[in-house]
Amino acid sequence: MRNIFLFIRQYFNLISFLILQIICIVSIAKFSKTHEAFFSTKANEVTGVINSRYNGITKYFNLAKVNQDLALENTRLKNLLKSNIVASDSSIITIVDTLIKDTLNRYRKYTFLPAVVVGNTVSLESNFITLERGSKQGVKPEMGVVGPNGIIGKVVSVSDNYSVVMSLLNRNSKISAMFKRGKEQYAENVEWDGNNSDYLVMRKVSKAVDVKKGDTIVTSRYSPSFPSSLMIGTIDKIEKDDEENTYSLRIKTSTNFRTIQHVNIIVNHYFTEQHQLDSLTRKQHFNLGQ
Amino acid sequence: MSSVLKHIIRLILFLFIQVYVLSNVPLLHQYITPYLYFLFILWLPFTINRWHLLLIGFAFGMLIDYFLHTPGLHAAPCTLIAYLRPFLLSLFIAKDSTEQSFSEPSVRSMGWGPYSFYIVILTFLHHSYLIFIEWMQFGSFSYFILKVIATTLLSLVMIFIAEMLFSRKTKK
Repeated sequence: MRNIFLFIRQYFNLISFLILQIICIVSIAKFSKTHEAFFSTKANEVTGVINSRYNGITKYFNLAKVNQDLALENTRLKNLLKSNIVASDSSIITIVDTLIKDTLNRYRKYTFLPAVVVGNTVSLESNFITLERGSKQGVKPEMGVVGPNGIIGKVVSVSDNYSVVMSLLNRNSKISAMFKRGKEQYAENVEWDGNNSDYLVMRKVSKAVDVKKGDTIVTSRYSPSFPSSLMIGTIDKIEKDDEENTYSLRIKTSTNFRTIQHVNIIVNHYFTEQHQLDSLTRKQHFNLGQ
Repeated sequence: MSSVLKHIIRLILFLFIQVYVLSNVPLLHQYITPYLYFLFILWLPFTINRWHLLLIGFAFGMLIDYFLHTPGLHAAPCTLIAYLRPFLLSLFIAKDSTEQSFSEPSVRSMGWGPYSFYIVILTFLHHSYLIFIEWMQFGSFSYFILKVIATTLLSLVMIFIAEMLFSRKTKK
């Protein structure tokens, strides 16, 4: 017994070093598996407050660009208003109904919540964005986030007043995307290779698909987090994979991730239903397979 | 100014520079990520207790991780260099004379040769371990080797500039 104590005393530093290393490795492994809020929500609140103070200083530098983006987005949205479209002969104006259920029995599927970016990184391997809007204001994990020029990422963890978004510029981010042009709507994942904060990649695109430089890439119908046809970027370069019969596409993001200030969080009112059905089916098939 | 206060101010400066400046610069290249924060650990005083040094290294790494949302990724290499630092220092300095007249590692207290060796070795170990952990999650072997070399070089340049800009008074 005395020898054990002597041993511990002699190697006290080494033992505490190993224990601290184990704590680190466990937290890395846990986080990279689940991407859930590993840190307590309290810690998110503290870094969120510091981030928003800092953002209060820096947001003036990008103000001109942000205003321009917002003005352009407004114009685009105004052009989409149904009241702009007038039937030619009978001159009846269709009025947009903002109720959650309208008279034609159509339901609202998506709602957009505005949020301010208070923290952002672009130069790491896994970049995250902090927003000043949390669970008290209706944000939940897995919700999509879209900026004035295109999609930004997905919410991964939420505290009372802040939420953390996994940006598209993250090695672990995968967004289902399709081509705007063409009828077949071929869907494939868009990822980031950690190379340049202006470009994303889309790998293993079948050669049967007709792609051209400059084609627009938009979100597909498969992701419950995003409505379809939201802008992601445009094709910048088409590379042929040597061995397989596929293309790799380099995509220029439509969003400049260094200057984002105002974003919208997308609430899918059917998310839980879709997600539950999905995971239930997976579970049943997994059990059958055993 | 008391030594503790000086190091607390230094901690805050290094934290903010890493989180709000260096992590926000656009990438020069896939293999180059600017890191400077670990210099805080290299600049801690000679006389610090080894166990306290370990805890400070771990806590500082975790603090960086809180801001960058990467639990454990920076804490692990910080703990490693905090653990190895006393061994390296005991190789290079005469325990009695240097520790009595100087408070922390610097060019003046250790001389150009030993000090740069100390900085280069610990920077290299820190980056190798950090990028090794990243490599376990994704990337290839060439990614690992090239990124360690490129990132270490960039950090050394930044440390050199920091040494030139801020001449620290390390005399006791």
